[in-house]
This record gives sequence, structure tokens and C-alpha cells, in this order.
Amino acid sequence: MSSLLAAVSADADLMVAQNVFFALVALVMLVAAVRVVTSGNVVHAALWLVVVLAGVAVQFLFLGAEFVAVTQVLVYIGAVIVLFLFGVMLTRASMGDDESVVNERRGMSALVGVLLFAVMSLALIDSFNDDRVVIDEPQSVTTVSDSIFSQYIVPFEAVSVLLLAALIGAIVLARKD
Amino acid sequence: MLSVLAAGSVSKVSTVTHDANWFLEHAWIIPLLPAISFVVILFFGKRMPKKGAEIGITAVAISFLLALATGWSWIDHRDHVEFDAGGDESEVVDDHGDYLAPDELGNDEHAVVVDDGHSNVNDSVRLAVAAAEAGGEAEGSHPYVAVQTSTQWLQSGGVEFSAGILVDGLSVMMLLVVTLISLLVHVYSTDYVGGDRRYTHFFAFLSLFTASMLFFVLSDNILQMIVGWELVGVCSFALIGHWWEEKPNSDAALKAFLTNRVGDVGLLVGMITLFFAAGGGTTFDTITINEQIVQGQVGHTALVVAAAALTAAVMSKSGQFILHTWLPDAMAGPTPVSALIHAATMVVAGIFMVARLYPVFFEGMSIGGSSINLLSTVGAVTLVGAGLLAFVQDDIKKVLAYSTVSQLGYMAMALGVGAWTAAVFHLFTHAFFKANLFLGSGSVAHAVHSFDMKKDMGGMKKYMPRTFWTFVIGSVALAGLPPLAGFWSKDEILVGTGGWGLFGGTGGNGAYTFHLVMGMIGAALTAAYMTRCIYLTFFGRWRGGHAHDEHAHDDHAHDDHAHHGEPHESGPRILIPLYVLSGFSLVIGLVNLPPGLFSGSSKDPAGWQERFLHYIEPAGSSYFPAVAHGTPSWSLALISTGIALLGIGLAFRYYFIRVDRLSRVTGQSLTSLPNGLTTTNRLARAGHTLLVNKYYLDHLYTGIIAGFTKGPLARAAYWVNQNVLDRTVNLAGETAVRTGKVVYTKIDQGVVDGFVNRAGRASDATGQELRKINSGRVQNYATLLFAAAAILAGAFIILFAL
Amino acid sequence: MLLNQFLLLAAGLFCIGVYGVLVRRSAMLVLMSIELILNAVNINLVAFGALTDDVGGSVFALFTIAVAAAEVGIGLAIVLLMYRNRRSIDLAQVDLLKG
Repeated sequence: MSSLLAAVSADADLMVAQNVFFALVALVMLVAAVRVVTSGNVVHAALWLVVVLAGVAVQFLFLGAEFVAVTQVLVYIGAVIVLFLFGVMLTRASMGDDESVVNERRGMSALVGVLLFAVMSLALIDSFNDDRVVIDEPQSVTTVSDSIFSQYIVPFEAVSVLLLAALIGAIVLARKD
Repeated sequence: MLSVLAAGSVSKVSTVTHDANWFLEHAWIIPLLPAISFVVILFFGKRMPKKGAEIGITAVAISFLLALATGWSWIDHRDHVEFDAGGDESEVVDDHGDYLAPDELGNDEHAVVVDDGHSNVNDSVRLAVAAAEAGGEAEGSHPYVAVQTSTQWLQSGGVEFSAGILVDGLSVMMLLVVTLISLLVHVYSTDYVGGDRRYTHFFAFLSLFTASMLFFVLSDNILQMIVGWELVGVCSFALIGHWWEEKPNSDAALKAFLTNRVGDVGLLVGMITLFFAAGGGTTFDTITINEQIVQGQVGHTALVVAAAALTAAVMSKSGQFILHTWLPDAMAGPTPVSALIHAATMVVAGIFMVARLYPVFFEGMSIGGSSINLLSTVGAVTLVGAGLLAFVQDDIKKVLAYSTVSQLGYMAMALGVGAWTAAVFHLFTHAFFKANLFLGSGSVAHAVHSFDMKKDMGGMKKYMPRTFWTFVIGSVALAGLPPLAGFWSKDEILVGTGGWGLFGGTGGNGAYTFHLVMGMIGAALTAAYMTRCIYLTFFGRWRGGHAHDEHAHDDHAHDDHAHHGEPHESGPRILIPLYVLSGFSLVIGLVNLPPGLFSGSSKDPAGWQERFLHYIEPAGSSYFPAVAHGTPSWSLALISTGIALLGIGLAFRYYFIRVDRLSRVTGQSLTSLPNGLTTTNRLARAGHTLLVNKYYLDHLYTGIIAGFTKGPLARAAYWVNQNVLDRTVNLAGETAVRTGKVVYTKIDQGVVDGFVNRAGRASDATGQELRKINSGRVQNYATLLFAAAAILAGAFIILFAL
Repeated sequence: MLLNQFLLLAAGLFCIGVYGVLVRRSAMLVLMSIELILNAVNINLVAFGALTDDVGGSVFALFTIAVAAAEVGIGLAIVLLMYRNRRSIDLAQVDLLKG
């Protein structure tokens, strides 16, 4: 796939194709996201989340971050969603329709969301009006790893410890005694 | 008989000198001696052998001798005061401004004394000018000059307070009268109050009184006169209440003092008015005040006020109607006191004051030229009113007391009609015969131990012949039969009224016909009641001892009182004063014979006419008004004597003939006819009752005025206090309380507390509302968080970034 | 490609995730919404990294993925506990701090 992308990026038509593809994927993602937050069924919501996550991975590919895309699919879709589904099973969340949402919360929250989106988009359009992302070549894994283990070694270790703590914490929390 | 005396013109130069005979300048020793004797008696009297009486008598005797010497010096001074410029430079200028030599003075009537106030002008020059101005006609060529000795006591705020003496004819006369009668009373008292519980005290106060009276008559300024006036009042109070253990006596003393106080208001008002109007608000000097008035410098209204106020003072002190009520009650004091104070000396203090301040009255009441004025009318009413009252008295001293009131009325009336010399002369003669009568009554009372004529006396002539004869002499003098003293003085008063135009008399200061009539009625009454008094006391049979017994003979001695036996004549210490006084009553009238009686002119210094007037009346001096003198006439003298004899005759007929005959017939000793006029005639009985109740004046004062003040007035005042004043205060209090309550409930509780409470409630409500934010739900918090973040970010972006 | 398209996409996802966090009553669904938000952030990171040819954007996105995974684990453990204690994961009933 990376060679395919490298071959089409030089051509102007490729731009158009990229844009169309991007638009499609974005649309799917947005619809799926909306279905995540509005779906009555928990499992359906989880599945829709899978769609969103997949779309995010495609976006990573658009941006030339191959390693991140793969990691996204592996970790998020492969592990997190499974975890979610296990959690759904363990908490016996009702597989049927979700409980009704409190009305005023829905209105208010939608307002907040819209407001937030308006502010952010205003800021974004104003700030990054015509900036373009030009991908010469996708990022190599070598580059990423080099960066991790030299420049960002400390955060890497920190995340490790964090994962350890999370692991231990989750076990401790979920123990039956 | 028609010699007309020109009204003495008034000198414009002050006829006062400070430089004269030693006795005249040092006459202040005369009151000083009895004052010292008062102190000495108080401290040492009880230890002396005669219990202080000897100190008192000695002091008064020396004062009397000094008074005689002063009198002699005065006569000399009056007749021989001369102007003698000596070598001094005279500062008399004529109207061209040239200096005049002394021997030119008599010719120049326009001399003016230039006085720069440093006494460069010596007194004799002054006197010369005074004589020249007086025209040199009156009184020879010697002016009437008073002698004044004074010293400054203190000066404050422009007002000068001085103390001093003023010796002129009037003072000298009073000195003689007071010291002589005081001396006689002192001697009399050694017998009369011998063995009394407060003998020493009595003599101390007699001395004090003598000193006060002498001080009073020698005063040269009105402030001193007030002091003297009050002092004699105090002594009177002390002496009347000498036996104060008996309530009537202390009541009488209080009554005297308080009635005098009522008049003293007038005294103070009058004197203050004079101080400001005539004294210019700077000086109290009598001479200055008199001169100011005589020269016309004082407003007439002020003089009217002063004269009216001083008349009130005279009414109380000298027992004029209507403030005379204290005088009869004052007879509760010992008889010598009555003789000295309430007959001869103290009661004449008012008359003296009028005489001393005569310009006030002469100008203030316009005595010259009118026919009625306040002072004369008061005097006239007094003399008749009191004379009537003397008829219904049982107590011999009360008869004499009312007689004194009546005679004081004569003096006041005389002063009121302008007969100054007549009044003063009557004062002079009255002192002698009234003291004589009082001491005589005391002698009788001393023998029978009572003053009640009807109950305890009668037929005393047999037992006390000497007393009887002195008493008769005194009575005849009082009644005014010639040639005794009373005739001359009373006649002169009648002449002075000037109302005798009908009978050929002229002159006088006005036409006081009403007063002439009253004087004549008074003369008749006087003669009549004295006759009654003599009969009841000395004639008939003695009613004493068992007087209430109906037995005709009382020779059983079953009673200690009867054992006392019959009354007997008094001792020499009582009789000798009586002799002296009756002797004076006989002859003293001859010192002021009216002109024309003998040949020779009244202006002749060696003649007999009007000696008294010559020496006493300050005619032509600078401080005495121009008083006219009436013309005496034979017809008036005859008619007045006839009227007196008529009075005597009527009383004689009633008592000596009818009552006496009836007594002899019935065998009892009667005092009045049982079926007399007052028992048969209703009008007469009503009149009798009125007189017995003393015109109901006592009832008016005590019952109505005092009772009203004590009763309804006091209750009304109490009512006002309780209901008006207290209610106002209570109302104020209640209002404050109510206001407090209102403030508390409405304002404090309502507004202030309400504000606070509402603030609290408001914050509580706000809190309750704000509390709803804390729903406990995380998503709510998150909503708020995101919304706030979005808004803030938007605000930042819009404001700062765009 | 415009940078903004990625950023706007990410902003949209973010806001939808915020809506989901605020609205959903079930704790699981809230966690899912949080995942949405995290993913939006990841897109942002990578887009900026691509803009500046900096590899750090990707690196950070990796770290974010790791942290998100850990967080989901812990979050689910808490939800399990919550379920165990009150037999329900309805967030509307968790209002013990209600004042």
C-alpha cells in the first residue's frame, strides 16, 4: 500500500482522487461517530466505534504515518474494542435499547458541542488557512523508532511504567476479594 | 393775728456743713453708748449686782446728757452760725464773673458759688451765699444749716456707701425725746419687771432698742434709715414677745413683725425708687436726694411712686389704717415696752421718716394746693377709726393703744396737709403724755395684777391717788385742753389743714376741709374715751379681788388672793417717771406758741413765739420744700376746745352721772348701763359689734387672706402641680416610652432586623438556587466545564486573536 | 491536501465525542465517547507532524494510543466495580456528591 500511495502522490489527478477518497472516509467516520453516541444498543455502538477507528487508521495512512496506522488497528480495534465488549458482557449492560437520555441534557450538550465546534473551526480556519500538507514519502519505521529511543526515551519509559501501573491497578481493582 | 409768714424760699446752695460744734459732729456717740451697753449686758449682766440694769441706765443717762449738750449746741449753732470769710480767698463770683469780697455778699443776690469740688470754698462762704439767696428775711440773717458727719464705708461700681450722721433740728428733737423717755422707762422697769425670769435680757434689748432708734434718727442716708428701721422692728419683736412662753404673746410678736414686713415692701420700693430717681443711681445721701427733689430735678412719676410706697411703709410701722392691727396686740408685751416703743418712739419712726424725706411727699403728692391726698386721707381715716375702736375696749392698755393709733393718724394727716411743724410738734408732745399714760396704766396694773378695767379695776383713785393725778394730767393733755401740751399741737394741726376759711383763717398749703372735720371729730372722740377710761379705772368701786362675786362686800378672807389685800400705791421708781412726764405734759406745749399770742414778732429770737418751729423746721434750707404755714385763729381754737369739752361732757354724763348713780343704787360696781343704747337700738348694737370685732380686719387678714392662701389657693396650686406639671412630665415620659416601643418594633425589629433577616434569607435563597448546580452527576459538571471552556475560548479568540 | 481538512475532521470528531460524554447515561458508552475524543486528538497530532515533517507527531500519537489503552483498562475496572456495588452502571444514579 505505501508504494501505491508513493506512486500516485506526484500526479495532480492523484490529488483529486485523494481528496475524494478523503471525503468519503471522513464522511463515513463522522456518520459512524454519530451512531456511536446515539446508538441505543451498546454493542452496536461498539461496532460503530470500530468503524470510526478504522477510519482513523486510514487517515493516518493519508498522512504517511504507516506505523501509527498499523499500531492503531492492532491496539485499538484489536485490543480496546475487545476489552469493551468484555466489559459489556461482564456488566451485563442491556443489549437492547439504551435507557432514555434526559432531554435537557441532550439539548444542552448538543449546544455545547456545536459551540465548541464553532469556536474550534473558527480558530482553525483563521489560523491555518491555506497550509498544505505535502507528503513526500511516508515515514519509515526506522525513523520513528530512532526518535522514540533517542529523543523521546524518557516519555517512552514513563509510558512503560504507566502501562505497568495500569495493569496492576486494573487487576487490583477488578479482583473479587 | 394775721401776721403772714412768707413761705421760706429755698436755698440753692446746699445748706449743710461738715464743720461745727464738737457735740454736733460727734453725736454718733449717743447711739453708740446704748449699743455698747447692749453687748456688755448680754455678756456680763447676769453677774452684776443689779443684773445689768445699772449698765443700761448708766448708758442711757449718759446718752441723755450728751443729747442735752447736743441740743444746746444746736440752739447755739442755729442762732449764731455766721459767715466769716476770714482771710480765705473767696470763690464767689457775681454774674459778671468778678470775684466778690465777703462783705459784698449780702448785697448781691446773684452770687454764684464756684466749686471745683475740693472744698476751696469754705462752708462759711457757702452759707453766706445761702443767706443772701434766702433774701435775708426769714429767720434773721442766720440760715438753717444742718451738720453732717460722714465717712465712706465702701465704694462699688460708682455707688458710694457711706455711714454718717445728720444733725439738724429734727434729729436733735428726736434724740432728746428718745433718750429721756428711754431713761425714764429704764428706771420704771427696775420696779415693774423686777424679779422677772429674763430681767437681764429685757434690759439688754431695751438698750439695743434705744441704740437702734437713735441710730435711725441720726441717719444721713436712706440706706442707714432702712437698717435702723429694721433694727427697731426686730427689737420690737423681741420685746413684745418677752414672755413668749404664753402663746398669745409670741403670736402678738409675730403679728407685729409680719405686719411690719408687709409695709417694709413699700419701704424698700420707695427707697430704691428714690435712689435711682433722686440719688442718680450713685448716692443714698438724704440731703442730696432732698435737694434734687426740691430743685425739681426729679420726675414727678417717680416721686408719686416713691411717696405711695413709703406711705405703705408708714402705714405698717406707724400703725395707720389698715395695717394698724398689730399695735393693739402688741400690748401683750410688758408695759414699759409699750410706753417706750409703741407710744413714744418706735411707732413714730414712720412719721419721722416722712418728716425727714418730706420733699418726696410734698412734691410727690402735690400737697401744696390740693385738697386731698393719700397720706392725709389715710391719717384722717385712722384717727377717727381708731378713736371709735377705743370705746369698746376693756383692757386699759388697748384703749391707750388705739389712742396711740389715733394720734399717729393725726400726725400723718398733719404731714399730709403740709403742716410739717405741727406734725413734728405733735410727735414731741404726744411722746410725753402718751408715755405718761402708759406708765400710769402700768402702775395701776402692777397693783391689781391685771389690765382689765371692767373686771379688776374701779375706784383706784382711793388707792392710788398719785397715779390717778398723773393719769388725769396725761389724759387732759391728750384730750387737748389748753394750756396743756396737746392743745397747742392739735390746734396747730387743725390750723395747718387750711380748711378754716369759713372762720377767718387762711393760709396753709391747700384747702383740706374734710380733714379739718375729721380732726375735730377725732378730738371729741379722744376726750370722750379717755373720760370713759378714767371712770372705769379710777372711779366707782373696786371690782378686783372677787370681782365676779355678786356680794357687795368682800371682807371674808377665804382666798389667798383676797389676802393680797387692797391695791396700794406704787413705789418711787414707778412714780418719779410719772411725775416727770406729767410735768412735761403740763408745760411742754409752751415751746411752740403761735405767733400773735404775745406781743412781739415771731422773728424775734428772744420772743416766745414758735420757738419750736424756729429750731426744728428747716425753713429756707436747701433740702426742705417751701411749705406754707396756716394762720392760727382764735375762733378755731375756741371751737376745737369746745368740741373736746363736748366729748368730755357727754362721756362724763354717761359714766360719772348715770352709771355711777345706778351703781350706787344697785350696790354693784357697774361699768355700763344695762339698758343702754346698744342694747335697745339695733343699729347701735350692730355698730358696737363692728367695733368689738375691730372692723373685722383681723378676720380679713387671718381668716380670709391667710386662710385663702392656705386653703383654696394652696389646693389650687397643688392641683396644678399634680395635674398640669406632673401630667406634663408623665406625658413626656409616656411619650418617650411609647416612642421607644415604636422604634423598637417598627424600626429596630422591622426595618433594621428585617433588613438583616432579608439579607440572610436572600443569601439563603441564592444558595438554595446555586445548590442545584451540585447535582452530583459528573456529566452535568462536565457540561458546564465544556461550555465555559468554549465560551472563554471564543471570547479570547474574538477579542485578541482576530 | 489542506491541513484544515484533517483538523476540521478531528474537531468534528472531538465535538461528537464531547457530546457523547455529556449525553450518555451508561458508563461504557461514555468510555467509548472518550475513545472518540482521543482518536480525534491523535489525528491532530499526526497531521501537525506531517505538516512540519517532524516525526514527533507520530511518536506522540503512539504514546497517546498506549495511554488510551491503559486508561480504558482502568476505566473498565472502575465500571466493573461500580457494577458490582450497585448492580447498575447508570451514571444518572451516581449522585452521591449531590449537595
